[in-house]
Parts: sequence; C-alpha cells; structure tokens
Amino acid sequence: MNFPRTMAIAGVLVATAVAAAEIPQEQRRSGFSFMTPETQAMQNDDTTNPGMLWVLDGEALWKRKAGAADKACADCHGDAAASMKGVAAHYPAFDKALGRPIDLEQRINLCRTGQQQATPLAFESRDLLGLTAFVARQSRGSPIEAGADPQLEPFIARGRALYGQRQGQLNLACANCHDDNWDKRLAGSAITQGHATGYPLYRLEWQTLGSLQRRLRACLTGIRAQAYDFGSPELIELELYLMSRARGLPTESPAVRP
Amino acid sequence: MHSALINVPAKAKRGDVIEIKTLMSHIMETGYRHTVSGETVPRDIITNFACRFNGSEIFRADLFPAIAANPFFSFFTTVTESGKFEFEWIGDLGFSETAAASITVE
Repeated sequence: MNFPRTMAIAGVLVATAVAAAEIPQEQRRSGFSFMTPETQAMQNDDTTNPGMLWVLDGEALWKRKAGAADKACADCHGDAAASMKGVAAHYPAFDKALGRPIDLEQRINLCRTGQQQATPLAFESRDLLGLTAFVARQSRGSPIEAGADPQLEPFIARGRALYGQRQGQLNLACANCHDDNWDKRLAGSAITQGHATGYPLYRLEWQTLGSLQRRLRACLTGIRAQAYDFGSPELIELELYLMSRARGLPTESPAVRP
Repeated sequence: MHSALINVPAKAKRGDVIEIKTLMSHIMETGYRHTVSGETVPRDIITNFACRFNGSEIFRADLFPAIAANPFFSFFTTVTESGKFEFEWIGDLGFSETAAASITVE
C-alpha cells in the first residue's frame, strides 16, 4: 500500500495548481478597467466623484485640533500634499511597536490615541473614512508598494493562505472567483481580479464610502462564511496580501465602483 | 458636516452654453426603512434644490425619497454676463446649505 506517497504527490499537485492559478503580472489590471465608461468618467472627475466629499471632510479634520494634547494632524505632519504623498501606497505596513502589520485606518487611530491623546475613531465612521480618504488621496497615481518590507513576509504568507482557503456554506475561496474566474461575470456583474487599488472607495451600491475591510466582510458574508471582525488579524493579513498582489498598479483613492 | 462640490467654468464667451455640476453630501434616508426593533427610521432627505444667477432663478428641482444619497445635478445654461451662481439645498430636519461660484464672461 503506497497511500502516504500518493497523498504526498496529490499534495504537490494541489500546491502547483494553486501557484499556477495566480494571475501573471502582465495581466493584472485594476477593477477600474472592468467598469462602464460612465462610471470611469465619474471617478476621473473630482467634481463628480462622490468620494471627494469625504476627502473634503478629511481635509477639515486634518487641520482640526483634537484630544488632550490639543494637536491637529497638520501640527506634526504639515501640508499633507507633501508629507502624505505616496504614504498610502505602502499600507498595510509593519509597526515595530506592535510587531505586526497595521492598515491605514489603524495607523490614523494610533496617531489619535498616541499623539493626540484622543479617543480612537470607530471603523467605518464618517470621520475615520474621511481622514483615510484624505490621506490616501495624496497618493493618487503612486504605484502600490505594500509588502516590500521583509518583516511582512510571514503575514503576507498567512494572507495568501486565507485567500486560497475555501470557507463558508458555499465552500469558496477568494481565489475561486478572483484568480480563476476574473474574466467572467457573476449575476451580470464583472468579477474583477480583486486588486484593492482605490480604497477607501465610493460604491454606488453602498451609496457611501467604505473601507477594504467592509468590502472583504461583504465578500465573506456573500460566500456565507462568518465575517472576521473589523481590525482582526485575518482581515489585515488579507488586506496585506491583496495589496502586495496589486504591487505596481497605480493608487486610485478615492475610487468609484458600481 | 456637509460638503458640496461645484463645477462651474471660471471663464466663458458671451452666449456660450455651459454645463454646471453640483454634488451635495446627504444620506437621503427614505423614511421607509425600519430598525431591528421595528421603529421607522425618520425620513431625512433634501427636498429642494435651486440655482440663481445674479439673483434670478435659472434652475430648480424637487427631490423625493427614491433619489440616491449624495444627489448629483448637472444642467446647462447660456451665459450673457459675468456674475455669481448661488446654489441652495433645503431638506428635512432643518437642512439648509448654500454654495456659490463666479464666472467671467468675455
């Protein structure tokens, strides 16, 4: 009986199949290219892109003093157009003090609790989305560079494993749609490759701006899995893997999606 | 906190037809939704939008619950003189916002 060896070979075959299913670098493209010309035009014009309303809110918050320290973001970071240029393209990034990656929303909240001595803003609150959109807006056009830090490697690997792991009542992995079937449609909508190039972004379906974590949780609910909590390590690792996978694509924040 | 985005060309030639675009942040809560405990979420929408040019009204719209959040308007007008466009949004729960933009006609 050669059962263990058969299993080992099967394991190797599965591993090869998963690796081969990754989208080749030259074929990677943003969800933008899957949209209708009308929705693309809406994103490209700053006076029709509703995400810019949050950017305006975020700009006001950037200058407003907050917390026991009575400091505004601008008091340390100055003009965001210079100090925040390209920053969002590097997130999620490794935080030395915490010893793990954090996303842009968590970075903003760490500044709030640490530097401003203010209460952290709730995930998906208008203020946190506004500040994140304003900071991310300064990176528009910058190529995504997240995941370059070697300390992030184990976290990217865990994110990749989660991305390929079947779960939920429908028993689907992220990869089953976004690597294997991105050139097809689901219920009339383009499936897309799942590159998180434009978050936080305005979804016409949501009628509001939302974070990548909200998007991931919606996907998990869609496959009838238990969605991870906001800020959970799993969501951050998935975000990190997606951003490292989108490396080189230009940042679009705040994007518009159908 | 309510923000508006206005797009009016800064300059135009006399007699030109120009496009005006406005976007106002608003949740446009329909009044038809219920909370988990069964209470109605009160209606909170913008009900009126108007645009005036040098004091005289050139565009007006009534809004209803089926209109999506953050209402966007695009409309056209002919410009004959330099002046100021004033925009006004009025809605439920005392909502009232204004914005303005100037144009130079050559």
